[in-house]
Amino acid sequence: MSGYRETSGCGLSGIISRKRELIPGEEIIRSIVHLEERGNQLGAGFAGYGIYPQFPDCYALHIMYDGPYVREDTEEYLKSRFIVEHFEGIPTRKVPSIVDRPIFYRYFVVPMELPGEEVSPDDYVMATVMRINEGIDGAFVVSSGKNMGAFKGVGGSAEIAEFFRIDEYAAHQWIAHTRFPTNTPGWWGGAHPFTLLDWAVVHNGEISSYGTNKRYLEMFGYKCTLMTDTEVVAYLVDLIVRRHRLPLKLAADVLATPFWKDIDRMEDGKRDLFTALRMVYGSALLNGPFAILVAWNGGMMGLNDRIKLRPLVAAVHGDRVYMASEESAIRSVCPQPDRVWAPKAGDPVIVPFDDAKDAWEVRGCQALL
Amino acid sequence: MSGPFVIDAKEMYYRELNQIVRDKVKEGVTHFRLLNVNGQRYIGAGITRDVKIEVYGVAGQDLGVFMNGPTIEVFGNAQDCVGNTMEGKKIVVHGLAGDVCGYGMRGGKLHILGDVGYRVGIHMKTYKDMVPVIVVGGKAGDFFGEYMAGGILILLNLWDNGSRPAVGDYVATGMHGGTIYIRGEVNPYLMGKEVGQVEITSEDELLLKGLVEDYCRDFAQHGLDPEVILRSQFTKLVPVSLRPYGKVYAY
Repeated sequence: MSGYRETSGCGLSGIISRKRELIPGEEIIRSIVHLEERGNQLGAGFAGYGIYPQFPDCYALHIMYDGPYVREDTEEYLKSRFIVEHFEGIPTRKVPSIVDRPIFYRYFVVPMELPGEEVSPDDYVMATVMRINEGIDGAFVVSSGKNMGAFKGVGGSAEIAEFFRIDEYAAHQWIAHTRFPTNTPGWWGGAHPFTLLDWAVVHNGEISSYGTNKRYLEMFGYKCTLMTDTEVVAYLVDLIVRRHRLPLKLAADVLATPFWKDIDRMEDGKRDLFTALRMVYGSALLNGPFAILVAWNGGMMGLNDRIKLRPLVAAVHGDRVYMASEESAIRSVCPQPDRVWAPKAGDPVIVPFDDAKDAWEVRGCQALL
Repeated sequence: MSGPFVIDAKEMYYRELNQIVRDKVKEGVTHFRLLNVNGQRYIGAGITRDVKIEVYGVAGQDLGVFMNGPTIEVFGNAQDCVGNTMEGKKIVVHGLAGDVCGYGMRGGKLHILGDVGYRVGIHMKTYKDMVPVIVVGGKAGDFFGEYMAGGILILLNLWDNGSRPAVGDYVATGMHGGTIYIRGEVNPYLMGKEVGQVEITSEDELLLKGLVEDYCRDFAQHGLDPEVILRSQFTKLVPVSLRPYGKVYAY
């Protein structure tokens, strides 16, 4: 769309049913489209969890291709590493405003043979994602988790929803984004969510520490190839929680770490812990304004930067929890929530599924519940 | 007129809604009732006539921005930037309000029943007889009164459940004008470096009496008793310097 638009910053919205009831795609569409004023038609996206119950144990690889030849190359590579249970083009609709579009396929795969005991299936998939994103020109992995998928591209949130037929899916939880790119290009790979395995992140703000974070992540095999700052958040969470096995709460304390003056006032054990976190993970600190939603197969987390430079509102209604840039986006799908509040800056709102005990333990979070 | 001019704002784009209000103000309508508002921005923006606007629902960003004359009453919550650069008359919010309320506000009153977010009263200012006033019934987030240059900021913490202090961290950082009154004590740790606590005088008491009574009238249905509220101890904060950063930036 052309014409003048207010500079506003991105919009984000997330909905989770703690009982894993299925939330129709139409609901998250309505909520994020309500925030369209915060975007500028240069990017939007969705991630849904529990959308592929027919392949619960397969990694669902959503891959974006510039053209048919790169698809052939990529599929050859995939077949050398995975048993492909099923694959298909991701269903799309024609949308008049979307003319220059990549090709989208999804593959439901299991790793063929792990190179050694020390390499987990998740590590194996992560290495594949990095290899494709960095090494195959014109192919990008949009998402790579089990029983979840991300759908994103250049356009407004209504157009991207229409394009990817989001209304035809139902999920236990959704996160969504409408983009107002500021420092980085508006391209299909740069739309949110950013993902790795089942982690998906949507973000409003800018990560001034991107360079530091990127170099730090490179030491652990993460390649930042998508030209957008938010990419580092997905990889940092993966590194800290999945690989280093820290509780998600502590990962939030790394990303939005308390100020030294507040750490100095903590009681002895806690002060030691937070001092250690800052020493070990100094390069994982996110500097700059942000509100993010992080989703994974066990639930959802909302987090603000330490001095609340971007908005985030949360609400609860029955087993549903909502988080969004503006309260009105929540009320557009849940007119009378039981409770509405603005989360405290730097304090994560962590919402696990009720039955997510296992997934929760894997993320090392149980002790902190 | 017989009654308010009613607009059903359900699913209405903010530009359309605000255009109708502006057009009708020009035609002489003085009382509006906006129903099913849900996040529409800029309601009351720039209107300079003495009109009454009732908002039912959630008021969007920049409610009453630049306005000088209207009285806006929100029956619900308000999002961020309520009263941004507002010049005159009043906004009453029967609920919560978001971040940056009263941003650069230069006149009029902002009465909020519940909690407010971060940076409330940031850089509000006084000019001659224009003294903006913000009264918050609940608690406030960090940076309350940040860079405040004038006006009066009152925090009442009426609905205290002990969950957290009345006010967040960095209270009045960079403050160089105006006065802040907070009901109860404030931990000095939370105060910005540019602010100091001083004794409440009888003039302060008189000023608070008038402002709190007016606040309680706006929320009459909640049975607020100004006498009870005013019986509490208030903390008064004023800037320690008119130019807190003079030595940093001026040579």
